[in-house]
Amino acid sequence: MNDDVRIGVYVCHCGSNIAGTVDVESVARWAQDSLPGVVVGRDYKFMCSSLGQELIEKDVKELGLTRVVVAACSPHLHEATFRDACRRAGLNPFLFEMASIREQVSWVTSDKSIATEKAKALVSGAVRRSAHLEPLEPFVVDINPNVLVVGGGIAGIQATLEIADGGSHVYLVEREPSIGGHMAQLDKTFPTLDCSACILTPKMFTAGQHRNVTLLAWSEVEKVEGFIGNFTVTIRKRARKVQTDICTGCGVCEEKCPKKVIDDVFEAGLGYRKAIYRPFPQAVPKYPVIDVENCTYFQRGTCKACEKFCPTGAIDFKQEDEIIKVEVGNIILATGYDLFDCGRIPQYGYGRLANVFTSMEFERLANAAGPTGGKVVLRDGITTPQSVGIVHCVGSRDRNYNKYCSSICCMQSLKFAHIVKERTGARVYNFYIDIRTPAKAYDEFYQHVVEEGIIFVRGKVAEVTDAARMTGEDGKLIIQVEDTLVGKQRRIPVDMVVLSAGLEPRGDAKETAKTFGISCSMDGWFIERHPKLDPVATMTDGIFIAGACQGPKDIPAAVSQGAAAGARVMGLINQQHVSLEPVRASVNADQCSGCRICNNLCPFNAIAFLEDRAVSEINPALCQGCGTCVAACPAGAIAGAHYSNDQIMSQIEGLLMLDLKQPAPVPA
Amino acid sequence: MRYSYFPGCSLEHNSEAYHRSSLAITKALGIELVEIDDWNCCGATEYVSLNMVAAYALIARNLAQAAKAPGLDQLVAPCSACYLNLSKCDKYLRTSPSLANKVSQALAAGGLSYQPGSIKVRHLLDVLVQDVGYAAVTARVTRPLHGLRLAPYYGCLISRPGLRTVDHDPEYPISLDKMMTALGAEVVDYPYKTHCCGGHMTQISEATGFELIRQLVKGAADYQADAIVTICPMCQLNLDAFQGSMNRYFKMNYHIPVLYFTQMMGVAFGLEADDLGIGSELVDARPTMAKIGVELPVPIPEGAPKRKRDDKSLPMPRARRETAPSAEAQEAKR
Amino acid sequence: MVDQAIRQSRPFTFLDEVQNRTPGESRLLMCIQCGTCGGSCPSGADMEHTPRHIFAMIRADMREDVLKSNTPWYCVSCYYCTVRCPQDVHITEIMYTLKRMAVEAKLYDDPTAPDFSKVFINWVENYGRAFELGLMSQHMLRHNPMGVFKMADMGFGMVTKGRMAFTPKRIRGIAGFKKIIAKAKELEAVHEI
Repeated sequence: MNDDVRIGVYVCHCGSNIAGTVDVESVARWAQDSLPGVVVGRDYKFMCSSLGQELIEKDVKELGLTRVVVAACSPHLHEATFRDACRRAGLNPFLFEMASIREQVSWVTSDKSIATEKAKALVSGAVRRSAHLEPLEPFVVDINPNVLVVGGGIAGIQATLEIADGGSHVYLVEREPSIGGHMAQLDKTFPTLDCSACILTPKMFTAGQHRNVTLLAWSEVEKVEGFIGNFTVTIRKRARKVQTDICTGCGVCEEKCPKKVIDDVFEAGLGYRKAIYRPFPQAVPKYPVIDVENCTYFQRGTCKACEKFCPTGAIDFKQEDEIIKVEVGNIILATGYDLFDCGRIPQYGYGRLANVFTSMEFERLANAAGPTGGKVVLRDGITTPQSVGIVHCVGSRDRNYNKYCSSICCMQSLKFAHIVKERTGARVYNFYIDIRTPAKAYDEFYQHVVEEGIIFVRGKVAEVTDAARMTGEDGKLIIQVEDTLVGKQRRIPVDMVVLSAGLEPRGDAKETAKTFGISCSMDGWFIERHPKLDPVATMTDGIFIAGACQGPKDIPAAVSQGAAAGARVMGLINQQHVSLEPVRASVNADQCSGCRICNNLCPFNAIAFLEDRAVSEINPALCQGCGTCVAACPAGAIAGAHYSNDQIMSQIEGLLMLDLKQPAPVPA
Repeated sequence: MRYSYFPGCSLEHNSEAYHRSSLAITKALGIELVEIDDWNCCGATEYVSLNMVAAYALIARNLAQAAKAPGLDQLVAPCSACYLNLSKCDKYLRTSPSLANKVSQALAAGGLSYQPGSIKVRHLLDVLVQDVGYAAVTARVTRPLHGLRLAPYYGCLISRPGLRTVDHDPEYPISLDKMMTALGAEVVDYPYKTHCCGGHMTQISEATGFELIRQLVKGAADYQADAIVTICPMCQLNLDAFQGSMNRYFKMNYHIPVLYFTQMMGVAFGLEADDLGIGSELVDARPTMAKIGVELPVPIPEGAPKRKRDDKSLPMPRARRETAPSAEAQEAKR
Repeated sequence: MVDQAIRQSRPFTFLDEVQNRTPGESRLLMCIQCGTCGGSCPSGADMEHTPRHIFAMIRADMREDVLKSNTPWYCVSCYYCTVRCPQDVHITEIMYTLKRMAVEAKLYDDPTAPDFSKVFINWVENYGRAFELGLMSQHMLRHNPMGVFKMADMGFGMVTKGRMAFTPKRIRGIAGFKKIIAKAKELEAVHEI
């Protein structure tokens, strides 16, 4: 052991979290007395507090410590805190080592003697490793001020506006022909009953016209390369078959197109659109798109009515997709949600029974710009229902489908109840398990709806059927449910049933996550860095998430997250640089034989082969320090900074406490 | 193809027609059913109401007997209750070590043993659908059941308790629908296809028991079905034998014959009525059977129907899963 | 797993008793009282308490009320509830447990259903097979004598169509069968925690 290795060991009580199980005083004492190189061993109630950190700083200065070991919680939480304390005291932050004796010891066992022994072993390993640590300097990269926002729903639009107004340039990519997302499909929004399009379209318009925004609708991200501050994104701009620089958005092509198809996307299958179409009149951008699979010209070679009638000659059947590459510093994903497929619950009759509707179908029904002009009518398009049943929790809170609560359906169901009552005067039943109205003005909205005379039945609907059993049921949809507050099974005949379907992650969320290098949870939503304290960041630096793609939420929450993501990104842009962890691999060119085994193993494509020198070289900016190449190199020519062989081996020896124990008996 | 065969107490007498027709059609399809030696009652829903270990030991005795037959590791039961009991027993023996321990001790007292998981229990319908296939069934049809409107009735046990095989959706199974379509019959989108017939409720409470039967029969009548096709002897007994009593109780006049799917298959294969046990139903099936071949099915038009100009109706949702042929036919007619 | 964790943390209750005596994991504690079971039950309208209500009563330690009720006896074992339950509570299995416990404690109010099962089982235990004629006649004479007349033509129909056996059939291995049952019943009496 070098004379200049002077190690300070600090064992944290973490209140009773650690001290309740591990004998922290004895570990600290033992470290000071028994471990080689340890100059001082202390225990303290809360090492992460300012007093705890000052302990470290004081010892570094007064005792001339050259290494610091803290045994406390997980490095995920406070490694940065203690590294900073070292830095303030003048010690290189990478000469600090942390042992987790909370998540790995006191939180996983209640046996005190075993816990203390294991804590000692972990501290011993950390101490031995720390002796071999080298000072490292963080890697600083520039932040490209451009930002990519993926998804033009309300969350994406909000994020875009925050950043664009802040002076940076945003590329807003949207897969549909227009931005607006699901919010554009809604009729009214709770709790204010604002008309959804009225509050959304001004933002859409601003985002579309903003001088700091490049709107790429009818486009998709294909590939993402790079790292925080320096992403290169490949985007496919799909061919609208319309030249957007000449198109005036007059709409004649749509009018003249003879081919009508069911609009599965915007009208939720309830209405029709043409083969050349804009999803809705206030679409941003205003240019239409040709649905090649349904267009008579593309399928059979005839028609071309749109081309004939277009006053500016903007139709271009030969238009090809365009692949563009943009350079951005940060990316915000706001890709939204898909609706639960109610056909998965056959006993609710969706798809078989004509007058069973999903929530999105009802939104289109109620929408003044929808297929019935806002008239709440049955599937025949004419009859006004005299009684309507609204079913909560369809596909949510259910282990058979989705375990989670979809957060918005209770409020949405109340909103539907209000709309039906107001427009038809029908008898309205809401079938619920709980009424969830947590946010501002939500419970007041519920009370207002109750005052309107809506009938609430507490019971999860068992069946919706048309099979009549008694008088009064013929020709009706019968909702069979247990009214749990009364304790009796009831059969309630209604004309129309609306299923408040749950929210699900997008069908291709996993592929999207893979493209951007982030992860999905078990349910399929994108994973945030911390569910309580960091909902918009991900574990991948530079990639942020906002809105429903992170989990089901209502519009106010989506807007908040969009703004939050925007602010985070603006913060990074303002800093202009970011420090990256210097935990990286490097190739010793003298030892490299040019076998290139490492080249294809790198998950981050960080290793290049230099033809002229016949050696491999690692790009430190792309390298994430995973260690794969270090292990794979047959010549041992690659070194992993902060994880050298000496460091790892000494940690193992320390863990096993080989030099402190009796030699192991030799087998006979 | 050879399988072990567990008829069950019902198939011995009150539903001997099911047993006879099962043997007849499996023979016609090249399947051999080998009855297991000295089987005992599976206990239905009665035994497990009073005893747990004894109930499962009793069922396990059958599995042990089946395991004795060399080379036959698949056990076919036509009766849904027997099928469920055998399957459930095997599953609990595999997943509940304390129960498995007690059951094996009990079996040992009778000189028997059973290794959980060594016998695969199948329902007869499942064997015909998965191992034989609809195409092979259609190929064997010599007398298509044209003109017959059938209500496929699965009953509750085959598709539900988490022991389901592929294509037996607990709420909306379509295998029997497709099997009947494969025979050339018109299949009705029967809303009660998985509703319970009540089991033994007729003996516990007439009101409850008969009401359950009434719902099923009324449902078939409302959908203009000529006959109900069933896969379980208890269901057949309730719907057929008790139809008269139910009619009297409610002062109704339903006359819906209830036949086994194996009987329908046998008729379509051109087998003799005697070989299929037809004629043993209390609700006479002969007038219905006389309808076969009289009416030819109306061909369903290709593609979506053209919409009229002033048609204000809203489109129906497009199904994303496989639907029953009856549902598709209904949609095409719309 | 859930059942075990709860068992370790508080004194033994009626709820624990029911959970222990149900094979597999019953998940009774996970019930959110949504009412899907009560809504789906074909005989739910005729039960004194719906299945959901029974679970609330079990959790409230209302042993006598639960074991006296007709709910488990009206359960037709159709499993609609079990399949639809959003919390995967094994409702039908719990109903079987309640039947067994009610008979053991002799707490059921209406003996029709338990007696039916007992008569059925009696025939099976002596012959190895069910015997319907014996079952029906014994049961009806005791519980529904008028039914004998009402169902006379049904009975007649069954006989004329050859669907009624007049004598019970005995399995060959009845001796071994009886030993199995005896041993099983002996082991049943031991309830483990």
